[in-house]
Amino acid sequence: MRDLEKQYTSAELTSVNAPFFACKEQVKGQDRESKLCESIEAAIKRSGLKDGMTISFHHAFRGGDMIINKVMDIIAAMGFKDLTLASSSLASVHDPLIEHIKNGVVTQIYTSGLRSKLGEAISNGLMEKPVHIHSHGGRVHLLQSGELSIDVAFIGVPVCDRFGNANGHEGRSKCGSLGYAMSDAEFSKYVIVLTESLEEYPNGPASIAQDQVDCVVVVDAVGDPSKIGAGETRMTTNPKELLLASLTAKVIEYSGLFKEGFSLQTGTGGASLATTMFLSEKMEEKKITASFGLGGITGTMVYMLKRGLIKKLLDVQSFDEFAAKSLGENKNHIEISANQYANPSSKGAAVKQLDVVVLSALEVDLDFNVNVITGSKGILRGASGGHCDTAAEAKLAIIVAPLTRGRIPTVTKRVNTIVTPGSSVDVVITDQGIAVNPQNQALKEHLIKAGIAVVDMQTLYERAIRLCGEPKEIAYTDKVVALIRYRDGSIIDVVRQLA
Amino acid sequence: MSKILEPAHAGTLESSDVFVRVVPSEHAGIEVELESSVSEIYGEAIESLIKATAEAMEANYVRILVQDKGALDYVIKARVQTAILRARGTTNPDWSLLS
Repeated sequence: MRDLEKQYTSAELTSVNAPFFACKEQVKGQDRESKLCESIEAAIKRSGLKDGMTISFHHAFRGGDMIINKVMDIIAAMGFKDLTLASSSLASVHDPLIEHIKNGVVTQIYTSGLRSKLGEAISNGLMEKPVHIHSHGGRVHLLQSGELSIDVAFIGVPVCDRFGNANGHEGRSKCGSLGYAMSDAEFSKYVIVLTESLEEYPNGPASIAQDQVDCVVVVDAVGDPSKIGAGETRMTTNPKELLLASLTAKVIEYSGLFKEGFSLQTGTGGASLATTMFLSEKMEEKKITASFGLGGITGTMVYMLKRGLIKKLLDVQSFDEFAAKSLGENKNHIEISANQYANPSSKGAAVKQLDVVVLSALEVDLDFNVNVITGSKGILRGASGGHCDTAAEAKLAIIVAPLTRGRIPTVTKRVNTIVTPGSSVDVVITDQGIAVNPQNQALKEHLIKAGIAVVDMQTLYERAIRLCGEPKEIAYTDKVVALIRYRDGSIIDVVRQLA
Repeated sequence: MSKILEPAHAGTLESSDVFVRVVPSEHAGIEVELESSVSEIYGEAIESLIKATAEAMEANYVRILVQDKGALDYVIKARVQTAILRARGTTNPDWSLLS
């Protein structure tokens, strides 16, 4: 500022020595295609990626993702080492990462989920540094706080123009919402968009916009939308799932929140779909419409939107092709970023406006703590997702799970791993009884008044053990293989290596 | 009760069921080979249940080969009893001994 003052107060001030005149040396319009890169290698070189840096990916294609493995193979072939891989989540298709970890290409991981052979290998001590398991909101919090600082983000999309305007709901391989990628693009130092199809400039509406993109590469394929596969398209015929769904719809109906303008988030899977179907009937019957549906959006939510039962959908991730298609066609189907969805330190996360959330559980314990990340054998095989984000903020957090899965009890004395603290959970619905968190006496009274039988958690636990027997404690070593980061960044639990 | 006469089986490989085979053995006693989808947390409990069930029926000179898909105890017990009864050719068992 002082220099500027000197300049304009100086007697020698002439416009010709102002630095902007240097612009004239450039030929105008020459750089219009400068973001286009001919190959992924060239883009990586241009990004300035170095050993020890952090790279990111998004998981909108879930099990159909083709970008992570492809890019990691190229990065490995280029000789990079000691990278931190921060993917918004990882699926079973990403088992080939095991080789890159063994070869020292990847030495640290941030992710919401870990599954399959990769989860098993990490549970058996594959990595020296523990994996950070974050929630969807918690990831953005880590980005915002600077702990997670992405050097290069790789964002796979079906369509993009030469200047970086991309979206996920057009083109051949539609993934729908790019909610997670939107937050990555916002916080990354260098953004490479990998696109299946190059559109004419300007491509719009743009979920990832030109001012956030450094480089665009055209690739053969970014993902297989048929393998996103989280949305069930057929009504379940499993009697246990139907029972759980009808109980869940009933609990919502009598929770005291089932009023005009209420809001709703449901998960994936058969019971969840059936819940929305049962709830739809009740909504039609009582002429109640919901103000919005949130989160991962399925075809059933789209169906409710079309029938006018839900006014708006806020979509951070499209769980099936119906949702992906609707996002592009229906103006009331709105794409939101992970920051707008669930980040606790965001200026406005939609979870803070949410009334009812229906969530699943691998395990839930006597204190209502929920595990969605480790299986009965202590192996990493799930995802944190938006579980703790929505449970913490929704007025009514419902956990739905069968009391037992085969011989595995879902209700345990103490969960293997805490992802969502019991203080966030209001009610646990099983096929053999409903338990209300003693913190929420009002809900308990509402349900009892409606004639719904309520039991305590201890009763559910004893019933599960009578059926299955007391499970043997899993043996672990002292080595920590994963840190479970709560949405505010704190460590809520750890996962240890299997003995 | 008598020795096992011929190989027999009971159950299925469906989830929550158990497939039990009994075969005659040259060695005295009851030998159990268990594969289970829940062996880490219930393996020992299931093995002792199979042994106890066979012992209660006074089975001897027998190998019991079990593929468990997460069956509950009462299912395992019933499958083991049925397999042993079939191996003995028993068509009219004393039900009071099988409870």
